[in-house]
Amino acid sequence: MSSEPLDPGEVRRAPGPVLRKAPGPTAWLDVRRGAVGHWAFSLNRVTGLGLVFYLYLHLAVLSMLLRGPSAWHGFLRLATTPAFLGLDVLLIFGLLFHGLNGLRVALVGSGLAADRQRALFWSLMTLGAILLIGAALHLLGTE
Amino acid sequence: MSADAATRRFRVHRFRREDGPSHVEEFDVPAGEASTVLEGLRWIEVHADRSLVIRHSCFHASCGTCGVRVNGREGLACVTPVTTDTVTVEPLANIPVLADVVVDMRPFVERFPPQHPLLRMSERPGSEVQSPERFEDCIECGLCLSACPIAATDDRYVGPAALAWAQRVLEEPRGEDVDAVLEWADDEHGAWQCHAAFECTEACPSEVFPAQRIMKLRRELTRRRLGASS
Repeated sequence: MSSEPLDPGEVRRAPGPVLRKAPGPTAWLDVRRGAVGHWAFSLNRVTGLGLVFYLYLHLAVLSMLLRGPSAWHGFLRLATTPAFLGLDVLLIFGLLFHGLNGLRVALVGSGLAADRQRALFWSLMTLGAILLIGAALHLLGTE
Repeated sequence: MSADAATRRFRVHRFRREDGPSHVEEFDVPAGEASTVLEGLRWIEVHADRSLVIRHSCFHASCGTCGVRVNGREGLACVTPVTTDTVTVEPLANIPVLADVVVDMRPFVERFPPQHPLLRMSERPGSEVQSPERFEDCIECGLCLSACPIAATDDRYVGPAALAWAQRVLEEPRGEDVDAVLEWADDEHGAWQCHAAFECTEACPSEVFPAQRIMKLRRELTRRRLGASS
């Protein structure tokens, strides 16, 4: 590295560092301000990634059918355990949140409900919570 | 500082291009309940370190020059109260740092469309607007760009302030070329890049509601696209 000092004009013209609130590609996940919209935005991405992961997992599970009835029935025994059903509840949470928030984003993003995004979020999340509780009770067999 | 001042620990971001990487310096500052962050920074400048670079002008959230991040949240230092024992002051995010807690506003201004006037209409010599009243709410402080999670990951995104200005032109053209402004906004790094996190609206100290304006801008862009295709 050269030890020659920089020309003062060159120093002045050099771009300064750009600070980020969180490092690199995770900067979108910084929800420290606590805005409803940002929580919705970040959780939408997380559930979206989760649903993509589930899609491939689902295809992998279905491929067990190719290995005959014994492999499939063995998986079904695992899939009906309480711990596995708990994961199903998590999946339904992801589906409900992503779907209902997607509806909100469509309404807000098209300018139809731009001034009511917060009320829309809480209304849809209340609906989602009711549906999630109903689905959880049904899945876990306590209704 | 008021007579009932307690000592607060200010953790201030320091950066000089000549001095290499940025670092944090700590100062014990007398600051009471009514003290603002800007008062604390000025105390440091006067009593502890004359080399501290800060920028301010009006002291009442009108000029938009003293935008910083205080404990991670965007705010105008002049109206942000000191509420914690430790006060971390950093420059705005997503905008290049000039020195210490001051950012270079040129890249921020360059994000606006070419039609954006350097002077407000009411300040132009010979303007048809006779009243000196300023109709524009945006003080161009840059807080919205710092808060935006999309600007944090994509420097090509023009950002909330510029798009809010574009929507403002739709509401009140004042001789601007509306079609050209809409064409500018109708871009993957323009209105369509916003992900509706509404952080800009939360950060805005001037009730511009940038996110809502971007959504309304999209509505107009959608309407025109559908109209053009039918």
